[in-house]
Amino acid sequence: MASNSPQIPNIAELMDKIKSGKIFSEIAKEITGSQIWTSSFRHGYADTPRNRVLQIASNVWLHLHPVKIQRHALRIKFTWCMGGITFLLFLSTVVTGVILMFYYRPVGEYAYYDMKYLQYDVPFGMLMRNMHRWAAHAMVITVWLHMFRVFLTGSYKPPREFNWVIGVFLVTFTLLLSFTGYLLPWDQLAMWAVTVGTNMARATPFLGNEGPFAEFVGATPRYDVRALLIGGSVVGPPALLRFYVLHCIFIPLIAGALMIVHFWRIRKDGGISGPL
Amino acid sequence: MAQMAAAPKKKVEGLGGEKLHVWPYLVRLEFLCALLVIIALTVWSIVIDAPLEEAANPTKTPNPSKAPWYFLGLQDILVYFDPWFAGVVAPVLIIVGLMLIPYLDVNPKGNGYYTYHERKTAIWVYSFGFLVLWIALIIMGVFLRGPGWNLFMPWQYWDPHKVVALVNVDLPYAFGVRTYNGAMLFGGAVIIGYFAVGTAIYFFMERKALKSVGFLRMFLKIELFLIMMGIVIKIVLRLGFNIKYVWVTPWFNI
Ligand code: HEM
Repeated sequence: MASNSPQIPNIAELMDKIKSGKIFSEIAKEITGSQIWTSSFRHGYADTPRNRVLQIASNVWLHLHPVKIQRHALRIKFTWCMGGITFLLFLSTVVTGVILMFYYRPVGEYAYYDMKYLQYDVPFGMLMRNMHRWAAHAMVITVWLHMFRVFLTGSYKPPREFNWVIGVFLVTFTLLLSFTGYLLPWDQLAMWAVTVGTNMARATPFLGNEGPFAEFVGATPRYDVRALLIGGSVVGPPALLRFYVLHCIFIPLIAGALMIVHFWRIRKDGGISGPL
Repeated sequence: MAQMAAAPKKKVEGLGGEKLHVWPYLVRLEFLCALLVIIALTVWSIVIDAPLEEAANPTKTPNPSKAPWYFLGLQDILVYFDPWFAGVVAPVLIIVGLMLIPYLDVNPKGNGYYTYHERKTAIWVYSFGFLVLWIALIIMGVFLRGPGWNLFMPWQYWDPHKVVALVNVDLPYAFGVRTYNGAMLFGGAVIIGYFAVGTAIYFFMERKALKSVGFLRMFLKIELFLIMMGIVIKIVLRLGFNIKYVWVTPWFNI
């Protein structure tokens, strides 16, 4: 019987199938028609408008989206995808950060050696640390680009004024998240960068000991906003603990809450902006 | 039902145009994008290790001591301004100023699409602030600032003993004012005069807009702009004319 002998594929026909994309539906058909597949899943997914809506509306993770969207909002040229990438990078730092927290102790005597331990002894410790740090740095860049895009498309104009304000809080907290994390490795780079940064607080008008008008308030090196921030007059172990709590609990919670409001407002304001 | 539907819709919802299902069109795009970002992040993290220097040592100050890179624009402004301005007032003004943008820019055009011609000033001001005063200063801070916060070209050796003659004088001194009180008055007059004249010119040129835009909006807009330009002017005065302060008072110097 001729039909039983193996067929030699015709190259031209095959190329045609690949180019037209037909090959994918053929492979999909092979897979979803197999006994393993049909015994696992009792019925298929019918690609109807109703199901497309339900995929979004009845999925707890996806229902953040509207079910329909303007065509131009899909264009990468329009959004640069930067808001979404910022969010993804934030999630990456949450996941890798929690893993780092299993090994890291925010104590003057331990912190630096826990970093060494992470790098040299913990399986995938170095990779987790790298991913955490690079995602944090990348997030700073993507949030700036997102902001630039939102400015260039004039998306802060009515009715989105308030979401822009929330965005400015978000970019501020993104920088503060990154800055508080910078101290935690407790190496020379960390300590001195944070010293340079927090020294600025000394010069706060009225509230810093070297700031203008401090003499009227009675601010001293051990009793001013900088001392409040770092728990002393130099960047030492109390500063490490304070920055750790701010970095791992306080700021992520606030930034997370603001992101929820940010996303909610995007939808309430009528979705991604577009020409009216 | 028909009557209810006739109620005027809010303008927000009247976007018109074609709408597509989020599933599959947006979700698959997000998925692809996420995949690419995660792959890039993983490869980056495998190839390049995060830095870890020697243990923190409060007795050993590195030279130069740099803030994290994203704050180096502000650290660079420290060359030209005292810390109370560069480190505290300037960041606060940046944050507040950014938050005010939607309330100050009342141009209804260019809402939701890219356009340069319909909002030239807005785009120029924002791009100048972001690309020059923020990004360019960061790049300079990361690559060109060496020991003593001196400027070094990329091919120059970072000599920690480089001596830069400090020949800076205060602006009143450069104009021949020699007494302390005289200098204080002179400096105050220059600063207040700068803001007064700038504001007056702006209000005169935009006098027709006053009614529709409102006094407070126009006032805040021009003051924020004058502060931003004031930073640029101070940088030029220092680099070009070796001016240290414009206004010296017993409480603060500008
Ligand atoms: C953690 C930081 C942030 C996250 C995760 C985030 C996320 C997002 C996402 C996912 C969108 C949807 C559209 C897009 O991707 O472009 C968006 C839109 C928007 N974002 Fe953000 N964003 C952040 C910070 C900011 C900042 C700093 C600003 C401005 C100061 C801002 C203002 C806006 C506005 C006005 C929209 C609506 C844009 C439109 O309708 O075209 N966001 N954001």
